[in-house]
Amino acid sequence: MPGPLGKDLLGLAPLSADQIRLVLDTAVPFREISERAIKKVPTLRGATIVNLFFEASTRTRISFEFAEKRLSADTVNVASAGSSVSKGETLVDTARNLEAMKIDMVVIRHGASGAAQFLAERIESNVINAGDGTNEHPTQGLLDLLTLRNHLGDLTGRRICIVGDVLHSRVARSNIWGLTKLGAEVAVCGPRSLLPNAIGEMGVTVFDRIEEAVEWADAFNVLRLQLERMQAGYIPSLREYNRVYGVTRARLEKAPRDILILHPGPMNRGVEIDSDVADGPHSVILDQVTNGVAVRMAVLYLLAGGKPELADVAKKGGA
Amino acid sequence: MADQIVELNAGTDNLVLVGIQRRGVQLAERIVRIIKAQEGVDISSGALDITLYRDDLQTVGPRPVVGTTQLPWTLDDQRVVIVDDVLYTGRTVRAALDELADFGRPARIALAVLIDRGGRELPIHADVIGRKVEVHPGQRVDVFIEELDGRDEVLIATRDDEG
Repeated sequence: MPGPLGKDLLGLAPLSADQIRLVLDTAVPFREISERAIKKVPTLRGATIVNLFFEASTRTRISFEFAEKRLSADTVNVASAGSSVSKGETLVDTARNLEAMKIDMVVIRHGASGAAQFLAERIESNVINAGDGTNEHPTQGLLDLLTLRNHLGDLTGRRICIVGDVLHSRVARSNIWGLTKLGAEVAVCGPRSLLPNAIGEMGVTVFDRIEEAVEWADAFNVLRLQLERMQAGYIPSLREYNRVYGVTRARLEKAPRDILILHPGPMNRGVEIDSDVADGPHSVILDQVTNGVAVRMAVLYLLAGGKPELADVAKKGGA
Repeated sequence: MADQIVELNAGTDNLVLVGIQRRGVQLAERIVRIIKAQEGVDISSGALDITLYRDDLQTVGPRPVVGTTQLPWTLDDQRVVIVDDVLYTGRTVRAALDELADFGRPARIALAVLIDRGGRELPIHADVIGRKVEVHPGQRVDVFIEELDGRDEVLIATRDDEG
């Protein structure tokens, strides 16, 4: 029997509002564990988790690893460089070989959209999507939701604007799904060349000028300008981007209310966000990182497979 | 029960009450109030959620909801009294002992329960017992307390399908 989230966490699009709230509520007590002197609970003792990272990642990989270790799971990291992936082994073969070594969960980061789902349909272990191409990055979406909720309270009717390179951003997609399900109003702001054509169909407002977004929003989620994906000339230059769409203190000072500043990292200071904003009083960027560990612990906990046939036996003796 | 706890620890020095989520927490707070009224001293009380320390997590179906643990002070060299509503198999207390060990090294740990219903599966006993009752395994003990349920009551009910 699958847990309350099902077998896998592939994205926020397939989750209900109640399931999202369950993860956020569960993350709250997990945050406290990271503040203890002994930052470890025995919950996932004996479970083996493989972190399968086909793309570079520091924050997400380490955050997952902390979450796994603080729940006492055993972890193995597999990066594409230095593994048989670089010898041409397919994704499914890699995963099946790992599964033959008796693992319980796979956390996967992959450059191709849909890679996590592809894997989830082919192996028995729980699969957690840690970012697939430009599709989704559900745990980032969840930690953004948790951070926003901690600072703004109930998100119903709150106005969140996603600023920047929405086209290449899986973070943007997970944010839009999650925020709209929790009843927030969502807008995007960026050059048209960096917004998906079908953005209107996702039920979001589009601002062409950042000044309009500043006027409107309670919070900004500022996306990284993905330089490694930018060879194709989406914008004239980084300096011009900063001049037109950069989140600067001068712009935020014109806002009718304090705007909470989120950024999934890594930041390009002086491009999409200025240092005095990133380090300013309304920035919750490091809070996001702390919440990331708690949210991932909650997801691991909720996905970890229970064996219901044994549960009946346990219940007969349970208090 | 408050008297017995004070007596057991030969006073209130370094005494700390830790209630187990959920109803143990409110019971612990009540005992703190009674001791305050009688002895005039403030005793710390905290909350412990043992969900993450359960020994049956690999077997239970839908994940149990995790509550909060609040132990804002060090437990080193304290005299800790665990407070819970019902003592049955002893597995909850075992989990609580494990969790407390991660917070420090108390001078001593005692156990106070409102109801001892028998049926232990582990070598664990309570030091302070509100009431001892013999209950068949097929029956359930429900404790209701004012703060959470709007009334103070203990019911012994026949188990319909699950506890």
